[in-house]
Amino acid sequence: MALDVRLINFITQELAQGIAKRLARLTLVLLCVALVSFGLMMASPIDPIDAYLGPQMAQVSPEQRELIAQRWGFDAPPVVQFSHWLRQLLSGDLGWSHVYNQPVSEVIGQRFQRSIALLGGAWLLSALLGFSLGVVAGAKEGSTLDKIISTYAYITASTPAFWLAILAVLLFSVFLGWTPTCCAGPTGILSQQVSLAQRLHHLVLPIATLALLGIANITLHTRHRMLEFMRSEVATHAFAQGASRLDVAWRHGIRHACLPAMTLAFASLGELFGGSILIEQVFAYPGLGQATVAAGLRSDIPLLLGIALFTALFVSIGNLMADSLYGVIDPRIKLGDL
Amino acid sequence: MLTIEQLSLRLPHYGTGYAAWWKRSWATCLDNLSLHFLTGEVHALVGASGAGKSLLAYAIMGLLPASARLNGQLCYQGQLLDKRSQKTLRGRELALIPQSLNALDPLVRTQRQVAWAAERAGQSSGSARQSARQALDHYRLDTRAQQAYAHELSGGMARRVLTAMAHVSQAQLVIADEPTVGLDPHQRQRVLAALRDLADQGKTVILITHDLRHALPIADRVTIMRSGKLIETAPAHAFQGTGRSLTNAYSQALWLALPDNAFTLPKPCAASIADKAAGIKAQQEISVA
Repeated sequence: MALDVRLINFITQELAQGIAKRLARLTLVLLCVALVSFGLMMASPIDPIDAYLGPQMAQVSPEQRELIAQRWGFDAPPVVQFSHWLRQLLSGDLGWSHVYNQPVSEVIGQRFQRSIALLGGAWLLSALLGFSLGVVAGAKEGSTLDKIISTYAYITASTPAFWLAILAVLLFSVFLGWTPTCCAGPTGILSQQVSLAQRLHHLVLPIATLALLGIANITLHTRHRMLEFMRSEVATHAFAQGASRLDVAWRHGIRHACLPAMTLAFASLGELFGGSILIEQVFAYPGLGQATVAAGLRSDIPLLLGIALFTALFVSIGNLMADSLYGVIDPRIKLGDL
Repeated sequence: MLTIEQLSLRLPHYGTGYAAWWKRSWATCLDNLSLHFLTGEVHALVGASGAGKSLLAYAIMGLLPASARLNGQLCYQGQLLDKRSQKTLRGRELALIPQSLNALDPLVRTQRQVAWAAERAGQSSGSARQSARQALDHYRLDTRAQQAYAHELSGGMARRVLTAMAHVSQAQLVIADEPTVGLDPHQRQRVLAALRDLADQGKTVILITHDLRHALPIADRVTIMRSGKLIETAPAHAFQGTGRSLTNAYSQALWLALPDNAFTLPKPCAASIADKAAGIKAQQEISVA
């Protein structure tokens, strides 16, 4: 009994230490992301006031421009601007987006709600489909099924996302007319009134195109690991026990192929974010990706920094989840070791 | 029980560098082997590393790589062994205790793996679990070891798990590939005694080893192999004294080379071996200096 209590104490202590270490690391990562994105925005040739004014640029006198600059704080040196932003962030305020004329946190919140459906759907689809295709292809090297799957994976792995999206729109939306060409719901209807079926209808094509790219990557890596495993001593031993190929792949292979697939799936979260920017652009889907593009083109620094921070946080949490899941699958890996 | 007739095995041997694209020669790994294994015997296959002992085991089990070229015949209980019959007999009639401890799946608990082996031998999942527990108990693995993963076991424990997996299949022919490597004398005795036990139950045990000394106490017959060729098959009791009843010079030399036998040799022979040993030692000392 006493031993149990001590063991539990030890484990919780180790866990707490691990979590503290990770939090410290995460803070550092976020700070670096903020600094780099701020630096890049400062170096960008887009003038925030011109971008803000748009076509009315010519009607504004230099005095008025100065007033605007003062109002938004563009006249202060970059270090002051950044430290001002940081101080506000520490008090929980992400700032004001001048593009959407809304608090940044609200913009991200609204946009993320739509993006999470797209991202989550594409992520789940690519992870599950990619993994199963990889297992099937790798279980029997050189079979017809393996050849079909790997050919398909090689082709999609070398296809750019936006090009595929354009082709998909052309085929399914314009030519066949099965899916809508744009947006998250029918035009002319308030977003609150859009039904679930309509939402899904608008999501199908973006999710499919976004997932297609992730699938190829995960399939190829899973297949490779399966091939390796089927030649390993563990597999040979299982064959010696009279196991069929299916038995070996199902009972042993899947566990072994899980690790690389999971690493990739969680690591691809960042890629998925990048891909979603292009896909949302093509499908005119009003998600976080479009907000990112708008913030970049119109030099909306608080919004861009907010999105960058949020994305970094999202991806980091994904990686943390992958790390903690490793220990569940492979008993040789424990969270404390990482 | 098992008859091997004029078995030859060749494996492809590719050239190095760019030559690997077109140059392919064949390496003869087993050369015209004819052997007969009897029911209820422990038959030791002895030979140096690379003599083809393990390949013979894989040939019997039908686990050779697809590129291997096999000639000759294998007959198991009067039935010709081909790819298909090997597939049905594996695990039920033929069992292999592999040489490497890496053959245990690192991601699956011990007891579960043994239960899977029993299931593959045709048991239902419930009885498989039970016989796995019994087999592991039989090899004195406690509950903790049964619930452990492979990396948490010692070398001896892992060996015993592998033996238990062959045991649970109730196969009539058990091939043990170097089952005593890396074990202390006590553990080694245990593993060898377990194999003897299997033979006494009427099963056939093929014991593959490079150590004649450890094989002799439990073996009924011994086959000496050298670079893919069969040198001699002799009853275990032929290995005694000066090994006069052995017909082949290589097996005689192998027997006499055992450290215990250097002292029972006739004087001139012992002297020459002792001289040789002294010479080697002197050379080593010189090279170290």
